[in-house]
Amino acid sequence: MVQLGFTILTNGYVYGFMNGKIYQGPLKYVCVPGLNCYSCPGAVASCPIGALQALLTQSGFTVPFGVLGFLFVFGSLLGRAVCGWLCPFGLVQDLLHKLPVFRKQKRLPFHRILGYGRYVALVGLVCIGSMFLFGGFAKVPAFCKYLCPSGTLLGAIPLLSGNEMLRSQAGGLFFWKVGILVGICLLSIKVYRPFCQYLCPLGAIYGWFNHFSLVKIWREESACSHCRACERACPMALSVEEISSSPACIRCGDCVAACPEQCLHFVGKRMGEKGGSRADGRAAGEGALQQ
Amino acid sequence: MGFWRSDREEVRAKPCVWIKSHGWVVGLLTGLLFLGIGLLQGQLALIWRKAAMICMECIGIG
Repeated sequence: MVQLGFTILTNGYVYGFMNGKIYQGPLKYVCVPGLNCYSCPGAVASCPIGALQALLTQSGFTVPFGVLGFLFVFGSLLGRAVCGWLCPFGLVQDLLHKLPVFRKQKRLPFHRILGYGRYVALVGLVCIGSMFLFGGFAKVPAFCKYLCPSGTLLGAIPLLSGNEMLRSQAGGLFFWKVGILVGICLLSIKVYRPFCQYLCPLGAIYGWFNHFSLVKIWREESACSHCRACERACPMALSVEEISSSPACIRCGDCVAACPEQCLHFVGKRMGEKGGSRADGRAAGEGALQQ
Repeated sequence: MGFWRSDREEVRAKPCVWIKSHGWVVGLLTGLLFLGIGLLQGQLALIWRKAAMICMECIGIG
C-alpha cells in the first residue's frame, strides 16, 4: 500500500497522461528517492539517476553535488528502504512476482557474479558512459538511453500512446528498450526483483548507505532462537547475519513479520548488547517507532 | 568473554560502533551541504531544465 500510494503521489499529474505531455512545474527541481522517469507524463519530480546523468553530460566535468545531495539525504535516512517501499519499478516487479504462474525462485544462477551488474551499470553506463559516450556532438545519458526499463514503462509507453508525433519517430532503439522491459518483466514473474538485484544503479548507491542508515532492522541477539524463519521469509535470500547491513537488503520487512520470537525490529536502539531484556527491547523499539 | 581484549582495542573499536549508529547524521549533513553547493552552482536549475522537457533518450527515440 505504501508503494502504491507513493507511486500515485509522485506520478499524479493526470493531465499529462490525458494529453501526452509532461509536468513542467517547480517540483521538478527536486528528485524523488526511487527510479521514476521524469519523462513519465504523470511524474511531478525528477529521477535521481536521470538527473545525475543530466549533470554528467554537461560540457566539461562538474561534480554533481546537487544530485549527490539528494542521494545522501535519502540514503542516510532510508538506505535501501527506498527500493523496498518507494520505488515504482520495484512495485511493478513485486506485483509481477505475485502472479501465480511458474515456480518462484529468489535468485538466478551465478547470483554473486550477476550481482556485480549493479555496479557495472552504475560505473560503466551512468558515470563513464555519460561522460565519454557521444551521440553526434552531445554526450549521451547511456543508462537512460540503452537500459532503463523504468523509462520505457513509465515514460515511453504512456507518452507514445498519447502523442501521435512521438509515435511516428519510434525506431530500433525504442524496440530495443521495449525488449529489455519485456525481458525483465517476464523474469520478474519467476525471480524476485531481477532488475533490483542485478542491474539497478540506484540500488548500488543506496546499498552502500545500508551500513549506517537511520532506518534499519535491528536484531535482538539475546532473544534470537536461530530458527531461520527470517531467512526463509527474506525474498532476497539473505542470511540472518546479513539482514539489514547487507547492500542487498531492501528493508521490505518480511523478516520482521516472520520472526516468531519478535526479535527483529524496524528502527530502534541497538538492543540486547547492553543486557536489555526482550521486553525492554520491544518497548524501546515501539518508543522509537512512535517518535 | 572479552577479558583478553586490551583497553586500546576497545577504544579502537568505538569509532566503528559510533559510525554505525550515528553515521546517518553525518550522511544527512553531508547531503544537505552538497545540496547547498549544488543550489549555489545552479545545478538544480539544470536538473529542472532537463526534467521539464521530454527526454528523447529516456523514451527510446533520441
